[in-house]
Amino acid sequence: MTKTPLQFRLNGAEKAVFTEGGQNLLDVLRREVGDFAPKYGCGQGACGVCTVLVDGEPRLSCLTLAETVQGQAVETTSGLADGPELHVLQTAFMEHFAAQCGFCTPGMLMAAKALLDTNPTPSRDDVVEAISGNICRCTGYEPIIDAILDAAHNRRRSA
Amino acid sequence: MAKHRGRGVASINYPIGMNLGGDPSQALVHSNPDGKFTVALSSIDLGQGMKSVTRQIAAETLGVPVADVYVDTADSDTGPHCMGSFASRGTHRVGNAVIAAAKEARGVMLEAAAEELEVNAEDLETDGKGNIHVRGAPQRSISVADVAIAAQFRQGKTISGRGIFLIPLSDVDPETGEMTPVSCYAHACLVADVEVDDETGEVTVLEMNSAYELGRALNPKLVEQQLVGGAWMGMSHALYETTEPHYPSRENGAVDFNEYLMPGPGDIARHNIAVLERPAPDGPFGGKGPGEMCANPVLPAVANAVFDAIGVRINDLPISPERILRALKTRDGISH
Amino acid sequence: MLEFRKEIFADERDDNLNEIGQPTQRQDMLGHVTGRTRFFDDHAFEGLLHLKVVRSPHHHARIRGIDTSAAERIAGVRRIIRAADVPHNLNTLLSLIGFGRDDEPALAEDTVRYVGEPIVAIVADSEATAYEAVNAVRVDYEVLPHVLDVEEALAPGAPQVNPAYPGNAFEYHDLYNHQKLRFGDVEKGFAQADYVLDERYQMSPIEHAPTETNGSIAAPETNDRFVVHTSTQALFFSLGTSAKLLDLPSNRLHFIGGTVGGGFGGKVDTLTEPLSILGAMLTGAPVRYVLNREEEMQAGPPRGAERWYVKDGVMNDGRIVARQLRGYFDAGAYTRLSSYAVHKCTAHIPGPYTIPNVSSDVFCVFTHRTPATAMRGFGVTGVDFALECQMDKLARAIGMDAIEFRILNAYRDGDMKAHRREAKNCALIECCQVAAEKANWPIRDEFKQMSSMTGGGGERAIMPVNAPARYDAPQPAAAQPPLQPAVAPSAPPPQPAPAAQPAPPPAQPAPPPQPAQTDQKRTYRFSSVVGTRRR
Repeated sequence: MTKTPLQFRLNGAEKAVFTEGGQNLLDVLRREVGDFAPKYGCGQGACGVCTVLVDGEPRLSCLTLAETVQGQAVETTSGLADGPELHVLQTAFMEHFAAQCGFCTPGMLMAAKALLDTNPTPSRDDVVEAISGNICRCTGYEPIIDAILDAAHNRRRSA
Repeated sequence: MAKHRGRGVASINYPIGMNLGGDPSQALVHSNPDGKFTVALSSIDLGQGMKSVTRQIAAETLGVPVADVYVDTADSDTGPHCMGSFASRGTHRVGNAVIAAAKEARGVMLEAAAEELEVNAEDLETDGKGNIHVRGAPQRSISVADVAIAAQFRQGKTISGRGIFLIPLSDVDPETGEMTPVSCYAHACLVADVEVDDETGEVTVLEMNSAYELGRALNPKLVEQQLVGGAWMGMSHALYETTEPHYPSRENGAVDFNEYLMPGPGDIARHNIAVLERPAPDGPFGGKGPGEMCANPVLPAVANAVFDAIGVRINDLPISPERILRALKTRDGISH
Repeated sequence: MLEFRKEIFADERDDNLNEIGQPTQRQDMLGHVTGRTRFFDDHAFEGLLHLKVVRSPHHHARIRGIDTSAAERIAGVRRIIRAADVPHNLNTLLSLIGFGRDDEPALAEDTVRYVGEPIVAIVADSEATAYEAVNAVRVDYEVLPHVLDVEEALAPGAPQVNPAYPGNAFEYHDLYNHQKLRFGDVEKGFAQADYVLDERYQMSPIEHAPTETNGSIAAPETNDRFVVHTSTQALFFSLGTSAKLLDLPSNRLHFIGGTVGGGFGGKVDTLTEPLSILGAMLTGAPVRYVLNREEEMQAGPPRGAERWYVKDGVMNDGRIVARQLRGYFDAGAYTRLSSYAVHKCTAHIPGPYTIPNVSSDVFCVFTHRTPATAMRGFGVTGVDFALECQMDKLARAIGMDAIEFRILNAYRDGDMKAHRREAKNCALIECCQVAAEKANWPIRDEFKQMSSMTGGGGERAIMPVNAPARYDAPQPAAAQPPLQPAVAPSAPPPQPAPAAQPAPPPAQPAPPPQPAQTDQKRTYRFSSVVGTRRR
């Protein structure tokens, strides 16, 4: 099968890989690059555990053709912390015990980051809307919503 | 066409551990030369917090800070046998195995300390902060780190322990069902308030108020995680979920999350929870296991609330809009 | 939103502990929020191959032939695995504790028994190639009659589902096609009752829906061993099951797991490991077998359906005097863990209440559907739904408050339970009281004063004398007709519930209590569960 070269930035670092026709971004991130933070949950775009940011926009990487991110900036939870400094969302998720099995957490954090980056003062409904495509089977969502609201509050306070 | 409010209650109990027993778990505990401990298990953390609760149990038993204990699971080369994480057995069975292993390790640790302090091991106690001292004479003290170094490099002692917990298997009488199923039970009572739309058949859970008794809450945050998430799952089971909506027909089975419905972040209900702690006589520090039973009372409580709201009984799960509308049609409208 | 009512049962606890009771952060939380937690699929292997299976499109069919020639010609297909390649292709999960007969192959031999049953496995360079090859396999089926309803499956002449259990029900004690519970005399109780209610309940199958689907990666390790990264909920359970199916000593397998993306019971069944390992054995390469979401939902095991018939007798003063249940666990085509659920459920009946006359017959029934397994609340969720709906109906029928009705009937320390063991460590009454308080649900003072710790035992601890068991010449369960329903199965009764039956004439005074006879009676084969009898 023919392979196509693909270059993009992942969490600020340049990546260059060869992709196969039809290969999705999730597969490239996990199998070609070795970033295991985004997960496979359904391959149907219906659970959100593969959520990453592409040029700041939340994307379901399982439904994103890898070749479409040529030259773009991809963000995953692997790059969320600034070195040893956790992102305000990560700290809030910890404080609110907003993860149990942790499988949905990387996608949930990316959906939440996309929200806070565009809306620093989200309402509870805004948060619900932002994560409505992300399934969590463990927590009942409430601690996740609380954590995101708290993170927004803390970021405003420290800004 | 209107929305109707209703309220229902259910109360339940739930057995802890594999029914009939016969489900052992083992644990191994050992110390590094600087007095930091590793607990080796083959038990599974599937989100319920196995690694975390056994860590606290080991620290409490050893008498050291929780930061000085790390739980390693699950590798069949290093972790001894465990039946697995199911049947609400993790906290109770594995927790007891960890206590047994940690007690044995603690015994060696205190003997090593006694040799360093030139006292009897029976006269020593731990302060939970990383020190061992003579009971009643806190100035005669040695750190766990110094004891571990002495044990490893001078005394030639291994500060380690093995533990197993097993409730022997019970038989079942074929005629009467006489048996010894489990050693303890968790309990719950839950009140659900719902609103039913008689035009769409949709049920909204407005609020839940509950009391859960689960033995000692070994970690209140982990307990809260289970109760909040478990009640959500119960609500989901009650109103949304099935792989076979026209059971026993297998037609129209869900194949993805667009067809397999669950309440989303916008559908959650306010849930006020009270936790009661009647310690289990044979549980680890009295702990039982909150993970499974927390979902069970929600299903009937919601069903009973639906009846209270619209006066029709739905005896089949899930209580889907289709079932509600069909039941209302049969009744030809609402009556209380 | 969550409060701890430390004052309740305070004298039974020593709360002076260092680490226990602390809201300590989870050991795994930092890994979760940084995306560094490694689940089974988060491991890189050079030359990783992918396994997918051909699944049955029929509920029940004979396999006349399998043509894999087209699949073999597809570039990138490394190995096609058939039933004959599985060294010991028959197992039942609970054989690890000696319970039940081997009844399920890893790959179907000559018959498929549910839609989704695996028949042939393909190992290929990529998932896409594996799927392409799966679609290229041609299976010649002779479609056979099937049965999907539990009661139809037990009727005479029903298509046979599982050859290990010809009567379409798990056999208990090699005697019966159900597990019995007998405590007191329910017929006497119904005769005595002011009101009798007889209802049918049904729970449909439910999917665990963990965000991580079932899967495993097996790879050749040094010294001719295989390392297996797995999503299992029970590491040694899966190791033992794999060793048995593959006829390997356990120390040739190195299982690594323990960090699982949700399970809820759906990752106990060892769905993928045996084929991953076999693939690795046959190709010499690492092999990954992960269920896709559709497989997880329809071919992976659900919480099985349950059907319940509940008949209760209650007095106008609120006492429940008799409870009789007949329940059917729909196991699907193979046993998995449903046989165990029947015992667990039987021990649970009649719920957390003290009732002098209790009887139940619970069946583990085989039908031509996806085998069921454990799920959160296993063996209890379905019957609790039935019992607690029933409790609501009974309370309304006699005009009693629903919470007071539960408190009145709640079991207390010292009471005798229907499985003939003393109740201890009870707390249902306190839960009812606190839930009522939190919900602003008014209950009368006398019900606020009641306690699980007092008022139990005494007359409530009497072990009833049951009629001597019929031990003569037990027939094989399979040859017996299904148990006659205690209650005629009919369409769900219309609402309102059946009118109260006329009160029977005053019952004869109860005979004086006699010592339990269970210890004296002839010991014989109590159970197919191995082990010693325990009191």
